[in-house]
Amino acid sequence: MSAPTAPTEDRASSAPPDGTKQSPDRSKRVPLSAIARRRSLTGWAFIIPAAALIVLVNFWPMIQALFLSLQTGRGTRLTWAEPLWLNYQRLFEDETFRLTMSTTFIYLIVQVPIMLILAMVLANLLNAPWLRFKGFWRTAIFLPCAVGLVSYALVFRQIFATDGLANDLLIKFGLLDDNVNWLGQTGTARMVIILGLLWRWTGYNMIFFLAALQNIDRSTLEAARVDGANGFKTFWYVTMPQLKPIILLCAILSTNGTLQMFDESFNLTNGGPGNTTMTVSHYLYNVSFRNSPNFGYAAAISYAILIIVAVLAAIQMKVGDKRD
Amino acid sequence: MTKTQLRRIPAYAFLSLAVFLSVFPLYFMAVSATNTSNEVVASKLLPGSHLVENFQTLVDSQPLWSALYHSSVNAILTTLLALILCSIAGYAFEIYHSRAKDAVMGILLLAIMIPFAATMIPLFRLFAQLGMVNSTFAVIVPLIATPFLILLFRQASRTFPHEIIEAARLDGLGEVSIFSRIYLPTMKPTLAAAGVITFLFSWNNFLWPKVILVDNAYQTLPMLLSNMRAGYVTDYGSLMLAVFIVSVPTMVVFLLLQRHFAEGVTGAIK
Repeated sequence: MSAPTAPTEDRASSAPPDGTKQSPDRSKRVPLSAIARRRSLTGWAFIIPAAALIVLVNFWPMIQALFLSLQTGRGTRLTWAEPLWLNYQRLFEDETFRLTMSTTFIYLIVQVPIMLILAMVLANLLNAPWLRFKGFWRTAIFLPCAVGLVSYALVFRQIFATDGLANDLLIKFGLLDDNVNWLGQTGTARMVIILGLLWRWTGYNMIFFLAALQNIDRSTLEAARVDGANGFKTFWYVTMPQLKPIILLCAILSTNGTLQMFDESFNLTNGGPGNTTMTVSHYLYNVSFRNSPNFGYAAAISYAILIIVAVLAAIQMKVGDKRD
Repeated sequence: MTKTQLRRIPAYAFLSLAVFLSVFPLYFMAVSATNTSNEVVASKLLPGSHLVENFQTLVDSQPLWSALYHSSVNAILTTLLALILCSIAGYAFEIYHSRAKDAVMGILLLAIMIPFAATMIPLFRLFAQLGMVNSTFAVIVPLIATPFLILLFRQASRTFPHEIIEAARLDGLGEVSIFSRIYLPTMKPTLAAAGVITFLFSWNNFLWPKVILVDNAYQTLPMLLSNMRAGYVTDYGSLMLAVFIVSVPTMVVFLLLQRHFAEGVTGAIK
């Protein structure tokens, strides 16, 4: 009876208590015996600690934040707002909210497409059968991901300081005549943040694309070649459709990440000059924990972020799902 | 050189440029850690001889050891607890599969979409009410159960043969023993990937520790770095050394386990 290779079905017919649970056909209804019920309970016991914790640190606070966003007051003395949507009304009149939100969108719209295209190009190069020293290239390009966000923000801050390395090198090679105050002007400061994001995250996305490329069925590529498709056509019509799910995943994760970006804004530029590089999450932090905290209004800002993340994810899934 | 080989030159050139840009800021960081503040500002790109001096300045002016201790405790506890909780949950979702559990998994996955910004303030208020501001518990609790890790372990369990579990049951092994003694040892790549992800995330986490660790006595390494940046007088040599010290453990962990990491990621997205 202890033969490890005995098929499940056989055992189910000869000894019902053993075969009831692990039927490979999941839609089939099997009567629950005492043992199976106990196993199901064991399963729940294994799941509940993690599940309860996820509810406690994600769903419960999310609902709390909704109630909080309908209240006003300083510090811990909070009362229901009058009217209830007062904090949301305030969002539309808040210049800083509008500024930080549009800055965040600039980061999103400029950085994410460039990063995903770069990552895709690099992943395809690394997947080329003729490429040598694959491990070296992959490790080196992925290496920035091993560095913390605060750490790299400080290194970039150093490099792009007025008397920093970027200016020195650009002047040395004759590309600049004079020092540029990169972090002191809105346009260049935003550019430095985008460069930082590209540096930190391109390799990360590349690893996902590379893993997906390696899972593509080689025979589909062979078939395309036999049919006379060139390299680019093969990539566009055969490889890309198969990569759609992973591109969608990376796009959603990047969108989510950008809207929550805090460390770079806080440490690289500290939001300056004049709040023009500040992300909306950085602003949220300031409203929550700087000077006199306004938790009610901060919660309304956090809900605005939540809604935008959800809407953007829904749009991306809709676009990503479209059949061509 | 053949024509095909010629055509590959741009590819190698592009990869070389990508590698150079990826590694150069890290090289600058490492080199600057050995130079004086003035040399860093003068963009010296060669290693200097002021490493010991910078280290002395750093240790004298900053609570480096305390921050290192707190960061290590937080990261190690988070990683251990996350591996235990998420591996057993991911295993159960697959092995004790049922429709109700599938539904629960679907709901839990929604949590991936909840931005931390939306949960931060209520979490802070919760721990404040419990009197747990500044506690290790409050720092690590939001990080130890993540739907992503559970998903990683559930996907990895898909390929685990059920016959082995059946056989172990017939041999009289309990359900917990089957998990810990038979299943877990086969999951080393997944454990490594999940461990690396969690350790790096906890070690580098900045916003939540900054919110919940109000007292600077409990500050973690990223908080220490950020405070050094905000200080009035900055010694750039020791600042870069501090950045270097914070980055070394994560780079070592990453380089040692990156093969497993790639395998784990591949498994998760299959």
